[in-house]
Amino acid sequence: MTVTDAPKIVTSRLGREDSHTLAGYLATGGYDGLRKALTMTPEAVSEEVNALSLLGRGGAGFPAGRKWAMMRKAPTSYLVVNGDESEPATFKDHLLLERDPHQLIEGVVIAAYALQVSQAFVYVRGEFALGLERVTAALNEAYAHGAVGRDIFGSGFSVDVVVHPGAGAYICGEETALLESLEGKRGFPRIKPPYFPAAIGLYGQPTAVNNVETLSNLPWVMTNGSGAFTALGAGRSTGTRLFALAGHVRNPGVYEVEMVKTTFRDLVYAPVLGGGIPGGRELKAIIPGGVSAPWFGPEQLDLPLGQDEVAEQGSMLGSGSIVVMDDATCAVRAAWRITRFFWRESCGQCTPCREGSGWLEKILRRIEDGEGREADLDLLMDACDNLAPGVSWPPKQTTICVLGPSIPSSIASAIRMFRDEFLVHVKEGGCPHG
Amino acid sequence: MSATHLSEEVLTRARELVMLYPHPRSALIPICHLAQEQDGWLRPEAITEIAEVVGITPAEVLGTASFYDMLHTEPVGRYLVSVCTNIACMLRGAYELVEHAESALGVRTGATTADGMFTLEDAECLADCSRAPCLQVNHRFFGDVTPEGFDRLVDDLRAGRLDDEVPHHGTLVRTRRDGGLRVPAQEIAAERERAQAAAAERTRAAEAADPGGNERPAASAAGSGS
Repeated sequence: MTVTDAPKIVTSRLGREDSHTLAGYLATGGYDGLRKALTMTPEAVSEEVNALSLLGRGGAGFPAGRKWAMMRKAPTSYLVVNGDESEPATFKDHLLLERDPHQLIEGVVIAAYALQVSQAFVYVRGEFALGLERVTAALNEAYAHGAVGRDIFGSGFSVDVVVHPGAGAYICGEETALLESLEGKRGFPRIKPPYFPAAIGLYGQPTAVNNVETLSNLPWVMTNGSGAFTALGAGRSTGTRLFALAGHVRNPGVYEVEMVKTTFRDLVYAPVLGGGIPGGRELKAIIPGGVSAPWFGPEQLDLPLGQDEVAEQGSMLGSGSIVVMDDATCAVRAAWRITRFFWRESCGQCTPCREGSGWLEKILRRIEDGEGREADLDLLMDACDNLAPGVSWPPKQTTICVLGPSIPSSIASAIRMFRDEFLVHVKEGGCPHG
Repeated sequence: MSATHLSEEVLTRARELVMLYPHPRSALIPICHLAQEQDGWLRPEAITEIAEVVGITPAEVLGTASFYDMLHTEPVGRYLVSVCTNIACMLRGAYELVEHAESALGVRTGATTADGMFTLEDAECLADCSRAPCLQVNHRFFGDVTPEGFDRLVDDLRAGRLDDEVPHHGTLVRTRRDGGLRVPAQEIAAERERAQAAAAERTRAAEAADPGGNERPAASAAGSGS
């Protein structure tokens, strides 16, 4: 196992007690990246970001530079930060919002300058009360420091930034649902096309929607240059990335590691990272990129943490969360709990998702409770097929957004990998794990 | 005497929030949080007044609010205890913790204790998985919660020992924005015109320097001075 000595790009100051304050930020090179960006043309800043191959860190992994390049020219456009981190077991943006809010604000202003927008909104998940307080306090400091607002650092460029609290809805992480929510409406994803808010976004205007971690990279990139960033990682997966490691590991936490050069095995077992599985247990399965992702078994542990590398194996790095399940974990129960999540969080617009999620949850529940039948396995797959025809990866779409078609991932994975376990539940009338 | 249900302070802050957005309705959710700061939940009287501030109907306010888990259209206890039971916490004992919480508080999830002190709910992932099982009290985090730890927490809350860390239900963000927008609308428009003129100038300059060159201006060359 190796852990590369790649620099920490977004977590460099988290060891400091005062990492969330302006004083702590300025003492560690804070706002230098913005000062440098303001000496460049907006186009040059955009080019620099485009050169990064900075794959969006929110979940879909779309290159940030390309997202920006798609912005329709219009008199008014907006920048919106997606800080609605709600994908189960994903908790990296939570850390960045609470512990380094100035880094995010600096990234926002750099992006606003590149895009020449005059107003930016930072949508923060409502449950992050401390994060909201920290970002609001940091924003007040940044305004007073001249890093946000009118004539930033005497450059002539001006942008206002507004922190906006969400109110508890997973679906608002979907960017068009987030925009609806930001407009004061129910978080209903918008019908596509248009596929990208860059064409029609907030209030119908061109809007760039970027994830917290994505933008938090920009100050470092401006200071150190895109070359220093692309020197890390490989292929399309450049730089470092935050991985949130949860479940059955000794050291659950958020780790910033070099992409591609680090493997799932490193992350789970390296003593300085996950530290292995406690209690002398063996690995049963991992969920590699948020609960929308198909599961991996021990045989995929040596896969590199790269977007394309994981996609080729039929799953995704997604939101950068990795759930580790040891061999005492009940696969039925795990699949049930994930499905229950989707059922509770379905916005209810589309029938396959609204109805399908509930049916799947009930069938899984009865198998777990010992009231299942052998035919339930086929029934589950049939219902999954209605949500995502063929139950392939990436899933085929039947609904307005990807929530519904993602539901089969865990169910199909559990049945494919642990079919016998389902049958034991049926035959023995209950869960063998107790 | 003011005849409003929401206090003058809440209404003033609500009107300030409206000014932060190009469209007033965008302030709806933040204002709902403010109303909950006063009442702990969204009373019908509050909904009517919010509708007025935002310029929509009470039904539209309710229509939006009812979508969101954190906006309550029924009374909530002084402390909302949200125990995460999603996958990462479940793997580390969340359901055992819920079971303990139910017996300790004497209510099932979704219910409020008779004295109005605690509402218990099982929550979806709260994004604090390195400290699983975790919970929130009025959206303040507590991690690695054991049954004994839960009992201590409840005792501390009852005794008011955590009042600084855990405000009463509804108070989400205690830090306030220092002021309104600093970029006046006309200045925003003027800045945009300046930027467009500058971009056009750069395009002309790039074309002049490289008449037969790329159709797009060589923006990276223009900005590679450092």
